[in-house]
Amino acid sequence: MKRIIASIFVAIAFIMYSIHGRQQTSPVVTPTSSSQTTPSNSSSAVTNSGGTPVGTTTTTYKNGQYTGSVEDAFYGSVQVQATISGGKLTDVEFLQYPNDRENSIAINQQAMPALKQEAIQAQSAQVDTISGATDTSQAFMQSLSTALKEAQG
Amino acid sequence: MKQTELIMGMPITILVEGTSVSKTDLEAAFDRFHEIDEAYSPYKITSEVSRINKGLEKAKWSSEMKHIISLCEQTTRETHGFFEAFYNGQFDPSGLVKGWAIQQVAHLLKSRDLSHFFIDAGGDIQVSRPANNNTPWRVGIRNPMNREEIIKVVGVTHEGVATSGTYIRGNHIYNPISKKPADAIASLTVIGPNIYEADRFATAAFAMGPSGITFIESLEGFEAYMVDNNRIATFTSGFERYSISS
Repeated sequence: MKRIIASIFVAIAFIMYSIHGRQQTSPVVTPTSSSQTTPSNSSSAVTNSGGTPVGTTTTTYKNGQYTGSVEDAFYGSVQVQATISGGKLTDVEFLQYPNDRENSIAINQQAMPALKQEAIQAQSAQVDTISGATDTSQAFMQSLSTALKEAQG
Repeated sequence: MKQTELIMGMPITILVEGTSVSKTDLEAAFDRFHEIDEAYSPYKITSEVSRINKGLEKAKWSSEMKHIISLCEQTTRETHGFFEAFYNGQFDPSGLVKGWAIQQVAHLLKSRDLSHFFIDAGGDIQVSRPANNNTPWRVGIRNPMNREEIIKVVGVTHEGVATSGTYIRGNHIYNPISKKPADAIASLTVIGPNIYEADRFATAAFAMGPSGITFIESLEGFEAYMVDNNRIATFTSGFERYSISS
């Protein structure tokens, strides 16, 4: 749930950014977790072209549930439903979400003494690029933004 | 020169070092991604994959499509059935096409005499750096519990790095045999001789659940780093030679 809430803040920040700024192609917006709870002090990606921080509380929406568009995310479709209460976005539910590795079956786990283990730890090193599971955040943003457009009436 | 475009529903970044690279080179590279997306996306009604699912007769299949199908069949055999492009009577090669597409574009760049580059398509990466400049590219492995964080840095010079996983909680992958959620593994990163090989085996190994890492250990020329939901990483015996400590 925490993730979803964090996603909502990122999503709103993104939508506000695209309203104030020009169309941008890169979906990589990564505010730190501390800035998500204080939108007025958010990361640089949330500022408009004049550099003024854009708060996430400036837009009010009509109460209700709004279904976003179905967005193609290559491995499947993303569709969200946004719930507005008290004029604010209070919940986002995934109606459709793809999984990039759908067909899973279990096999018996064998003993493999050569394998090693460690607890994961955050690294601060500089990198050229990052490997991670397929990011469908752009499709999420697009579906949510159509739901919120409808909520504005 | 670095450029990012959204294709196949994901950001694709190409970075080419050196002065010989032109905008035309990158345009050709992105055009190839678009072309592959148009042909193989199961979600585009005009794609050849969609037309095959609607009954396009075999005589009209392109030779490239036949090649892709043979690669899918080969991968199903090599992964003991854990990779499957035909299910519910539908053909969906997307689990294999992404890695293959990156590989195709890497070939395209090399054919244009470009040899210092990386291609990152939605977190699956092919790097290239010739022997006379062997400084590795530094590739971070993302924390599946917190996408702001990297939990490992690997140095690669010509390999492919692919990660399978899911970042959305509550969206379980179901094991069709046990009917139970197979969500103990958060992510699995595979380093292989190229991104096509790394990606197809990452796909299959992730579907194997906790045994996937054992499968990768058994493969010559592949290493892997698996993260479970208890924040414990299990890695193959040769993985550490890629690891760069911070």
